[in-house]
Amino acid sequence: MISALPRSEFPLLAASPRLAYLDSAATTQKPRAVLDAICDFYENDNANPHRGAYALSVRATERYHEARARVAAFLGVGDPDCLIFTRGTTESLNLVASSWGRANVGAGDEIVVTGAEHHANFVPWQQLAIEKNARLRICELAPDGALDLDRLRALLGSRTKVVAFAHVSNVLGTIAPVRDIVELAHRVGAIAVCDGAQAAPHLTVRFDELGVDFFAASGHKMLGPMGIGVLVGRRRLLEAMPPFLTGGDMIEFVEDDHSTWNRLPHKFEAGTPNAAGAVGMAAAAAVLEGVGMDAVRAHERELVRSAYRRLSAIEGVRIYGPGPADRSGVLSFNVGDVHPHDLATILDSHHVCIRAGHHCAQPLMRRLGVSATARASFYVYNDDADIDALVNGVMAAREMFSRVGA
Amino acid sequence: MSAPDDRKDAPNGTDSRRSHVEALYQELILDHYRRPRNRGTLEHPDVALRKKNPLCGDVIDLQLQFDGDTLREVRFTGEGCAISQAAASMLTQRLKGKSTAEAAQILDRFARMVHGEEGAADESLGDLRALSGVSRLPVRHPCALLASDALAEALASHR
Repeated sequence: MISALPRSEFPLLAASPRLAYLDSAATTQKPRAVLDAICDFYENDNANPHRGAYALSVRATERYHEARARVAAFLGVGDPDCLIFTRGTTESLNLVASSWGRANVGAGDEIVVTGAEHHANFVPWQQLAIEKNARLRICELAPDGALDLDRLRALLGSRTKVVAFAHVSNVLGTIAPVRDIVELAHRVGAIAVCDGAQAAPHLTVRFDELGVDFFAASGHKMLGPMGIGVLVGRRRLLEAMPPFLTGGDMIEFVEDDHSTWNRLPHKFEAGTPNAAGAVGMAAAAAVLEGVGMDAVRAHERELVRSAYRRLSAIEGVRIYGPGPADRSGVLSFNVGDVHPHDLATILDSHHVCIRAGHHCAQPLMRRLGVSATARASFYVYNDDADIDALVNGVMAAREMFSRVGA
Repeated sequence: MSAPDDRKDAPNGTDSRRSHVEALYQELILDHYRRPRNRGTLEHPDVALRKKNPLCGDVIDLQLQFDGDTLREVRFTGEGCAISQAAASMLTQRLKGKSTAEAAQILDRFARMVHGEEGAADESLGDLRALSGVSRLPVRHPCALLASDALAEALASHR
């Protein structure tokens, strides 16, 4: 299995041939095309968008709007004004919980999340529930970690206002049945909020066809820069919502005693936007479109299948979640009584980068009955050599720990 | 398709980072991880204390019993990596029977060794010197220091 995009297109990977970077679920490496696009914006078109009457500012504004149109097309959003640029998925989900949530969730109402959520799609809802005296209900998972639609159906009722779920789990790699969840949520009059941080980089996402009311994603997990992400929402909902942050750019008129709000998307983009970040995210979307999302997915499936087979053949290795056919490019595992942090240190000495810990999903760790796991995650630049390094490192760690009997 | 040569791993021993990590995970440390000393609880502790490392979720529960100014008994429970568990095991072993002042001095020296201060690792640390290699792994400092920070806090609360 060779990489779907050559390592030579990623300056960091090209400079470190021996590095096996297997932490793309945390953040991805950046291709030259993305770095160049960011640099090009600052070198040729940099000014504050929407502000100046001069030609340079107009160019900056155009670049920013082009970026929005490009990312909207990548995510299957027909109405680009409903795509809000944010700092990332965390801010996007906080925006929905804070703005839509405070206006629409009251005492006695219910918010449903799953047991597999990243803290970014758990804590904002938990805090909203505390503030509003609403009830946070957690949909427990099926034994293999998949979302259990029967349990979800049983949890939903006339009090349910929100169903919030991850499209793809950042720990288990499970892929949620989005359309089924949306149907259940809409049947009881709740909105469906989708954390797409691990979906947008790895699967074909068509927002208009998914049926969800809100979809959040981050640029840095899909070859783009850090500090930029999106919230996509239904126009009807976004227009009815109060603003999230207030200040420059998001206002229409500011009177002494009240203000009126700008139209979408500006209403939710207070302050100077991260235009270079948006340009970088758009360039990342173009790179992924060049590979083709079907090819990205097929490549990851091959890598996961191979890594799953080779890791599970090692004595003492336990992999969490479903089999390789039903998951995205993420593998969480443990190796006997080798603690994940020790494993990560030993793998690091073999030039293998993996994540160890709770992966910002402590509720899921409790449900798995572990305090931490090791996690290897794959992307377009990974190949067989990365899996070789991972497997060799895991065997070395096992050997090291087996010198002393239990 | 096999990996191009420049992506293949160097043989063992040619890589200083790897030999350094291998030296850290030596048998003494793994032995304390697998067979921790002073693991358990006391029936009538004078001081009981819980400390967490929010970075990784490790937790240590400490119980201490004093005889005047002397640390007579100490026990710990908790979950964690080999470094944090071995540190707890070796530290409790080292401090038992010491006066609070002596114990505080050892803990201070241990913390300075972990932070890489030259000359900090003297004979008063005994086996704990096996953990000196952690100093070159900054992300693992909190693992090594969880038990010593907890012990220092517990001693201070007795004095």
